[in-house]
Amino acid sequence: MTNINFSAKFKYANILSLALFSISIIFIIFKGLNYGIDFKGGTLIELRSNNTEASSIRDVLKNMNLGDVNVKKFGQKGDYLIKVEQTGDNNKLIPEIKKSLSDNLTSEVNFRRVENVGPKVSAELLQSGVIAISLSLAAMLFYIWVRFEWQFSIGSIIALFHDVIITLGIFSILSLEINLSIIAAVLTIVGYSMNDTVVIYDRIRENLGKYHRLNISDIANLSINETLARTIITSVTTLLALLSIFILGGEILRGFSFAMILGVLIGTYSSIFVASPILKTFKVSYKTLEKEEEKIVP
Amino acid sequence: MLNFSKINVLIIYLLFVFIAIFSVLNLQKDENKFFEKKINLGLDLQGGSYLLLEINSDSLVEEKIQSKVIPIKKLLKDNGINYNNFKINKNNLSLNLDNIDKFDLLFNSRKENLVNPYIDNYRSYELEYKKISNKQIEIFFSKFGLLTINNSALKQSIEIVRRRIDDVGTKEPTILQRGEKRILVELPGLKDPERIKSLLGKTAQLNFRLVTDNNEFGTDELISENGEKLNVSKRIIMSGENLIDAQPNINNQNNEPTVSFTLDRLGSQKFGRATTDNVGKRLAIVLDGEIVSAPNINEPITSGNGMISGNFTFQEATDLSLLLRSGALPTPLIVVEERTVGPDLGEDSIKSGITSLIVGFILVILFMLYKYKIFGLIANTALIANLLMLTGVLTILEATLTLPGIAGIILTVGMAVDANVLIFERIREELKTEKSVIHAFDSGYTRAKITVLDANITTLIAAIILFAFGSGPVKGFAITLGIGIVTTLFTAYFLARHLTSLIVLNAKNKDIKI
Repeated sequence: MTNINFSAKFKYANILSLALFSISIIFIIFKGLNYGIDFKGGTLIELRSNNTEASSIRDVLKNMNLGDVNVKKFGQKGDYLIKVEQTGDNNKLIPEIKKSLSDNLTSEVNFRRVENVGPKVSAELLQSGVIAISLSLAAMLFYIWVRFEWQFSIGSIIALFHDVIITLGIFSILSLEINLSIIAAVLTIVGYSMNDTVVIYDRIRENLGKYHRLNISDIANLSINETLARTIITSVTTLLALLSIFILGGEILRGFSFAMILGVLIGTYSSIFVASPILKTFKVSYKTLEKEEEKIVP
Repeated sequence: MLNFSKINVLIIYLLFVFIAIFSVLNLQKDENKFFEKKINLGLDLQGGSYLLLEINSDSLVEEKIQSKVIPIKKLLKDNGINYNNFKINKNNLSLNLDNIDKFDLLFNSRKENLVNPYIDNYRSYELEYKKISNKQIEIFFSKFGLLTINNSALKQSIEIVRRRIDDVGTKEPTILQRGEKRILVELPGLKDPERIKSLLGKTAQLNFRLVTDNNEFGTDELISENGEKLNVSKRIIMSGENLIDAQPNINNQNNEPTVSFTLDRLGSQKFGRATTDNVGKRLAIVLDGEIVSAPNINEPITSGNGMISGNFTFQEATDLSLLLRSGALPTPLIVVEERTVGPDLGEDSIKSGITSLIVGFILVILFMLYKYKIFGLIANTALIANLLMLTGVLTILEATLTLPGIAGIILTVGMAVDANVLIFERIREELKTEKSVIHAFDSGYTRAKITVLDANITTLIAAIILFAFGSGPVKGFAITLGIGIVTTLFTAYFLARHLTSLIVLNAKNKDIKI
């Protein structure tokens, strides 16, 4: 077993967490999130060509007066992702864009993917995304409250907020796109981070019952050390799987796996450095457990 | 925890084999299947089109409220209620009445109320009215009246969408109602959805109306196919409802593609009468408010067969006859969401998904072997068993595998070992204090149980919520993640535990390192 004095570092960790959290909030509010067409509406076209330049695609589309158009490289050479913000009539818009590109580009064009989301649907998707994340946080809060005491419940939920906000903050800072799969990633992060926190909390609860004379800082320290090997091994195997998706899984999964990698790193950190110190703030001791003894029937 | 009765061992392995064997079914060739079950590939993997269509009931409400004008006027006249200032607005009617109380009695009578029928299902009238002033009232559709209009339009639209898609002949289309106003259409394997979209985008309301200058019903000024401005009577002689068949044809005389149609009995009668009475006049064939052609009536047509020409290409003639055969949509359908994936991108996605699965799997296996040696082997056996069971369950459920779904499997690989890691680490701790190796293993399993359960339930909650709120490919992720957790718990707590017990009990308390 390792014997690292984590509780001595709680103070610095708190400052770091608070700083990252605040920076993320500021970026999310002032810079905003880069919503993809799922949440903003619009049209996305992925095309493969022999050797077309992005500029010639831009020129073709500029002549169509489509408003804001974004063309970027996507994967291998000659592959492009085109985003058109204007929504308009799906039945007319997409065939027109396709025809215009096929007619005016010198290279042969293969339309690999076309997505179009209307303004009403995108608003609904965003709404259900927000509901899903809120509901998952509430469900976790409730589950931990049932399985542990309320102090643990608050601690874990603060850690989750920390993870979700910082992950979204990094997406905002890097202007990465938020789409449906990112919402899936965030929910998985919530599950993963919670999983990590629960393992440490379980041990803290066990040790509180075992060592009445130790204070919560020492208990937390001991528990984190005892579970550290597991925390690291599981993070490593999960990261190995995620890195494999990130590198080999193709362009479509890149945003998703990147969010997950961030989430696993932040979630592991937060279980140790956010969720545990909070118990100290609430002055949790073995007496806390005794009060609600009848509730714990493991 | 390490003692298994023989019957338990039997049950565990039988259950494993039973579920895992289903995963093999996916390797069957399409031609000779001996059991019809396999994992379906999502549209993002096999290529195809996902369309979400929405009916626009505004125009329908407008039409329906107009159809109430004559019955209401009749009701008022028959009962001696004087009215004036009758106005037809977009979705309501407003008028002044001299006796609102009497009107109220008639309007809200349940018996034989043809003007404002009572809808039993909803315990509500179709229409409602409100007083604007002492004399003036406004009549509009009640909440449930609107719902009824919507529902019947949606049901009818689904039926017609199905007919049109079946007529085009795509394989295994899915057509489902989504909510109150939407229709979901999934067309696997479809390369280019534009033709279907354009077929679904037309209501195809066909009318035959006379070209005339003055008419008691009023006229519309429409532009003919030659660019000629024509006044067309608002009176509809016959509509597409009376059509029983329509086929594309080539006109013998000028080799032009045309659409020939056959009318039902009522249609033949109406058409016969109108053409007899109006020889020499022009008949406008109006499709969705546009004149297709406006030929002269040379002689009465009583046979119930006719022909539409209108500078068509053969494809246009084919599409028009398809539309006419399938019937008119009650309202226009708008594509509110579309996701189309070409077949080659689907193939690429499968390839990269499988590659990253294999690589991720090998990395995790090597890492576990390095960390736990012989017990790593057990964890890895459990992991392979886990994958077999996961695909087995997906096959039994005939679940749809999407690209995010593959990511869910890879993530399961990474996270599944957690259960065994928790247990092994716990055993390591127990070995330090416990003298008996068997006891150490036993209490390791017992004590880790709660933690493993707690830890996995949290991820399961996230997966369930994602399943409830996610759409399309993301749902596929939630499915694999959720099932992965269940199979993980089974393999860690039954299979791996049994394998561990075999090693530990055989070693008979000799020194075992983990």
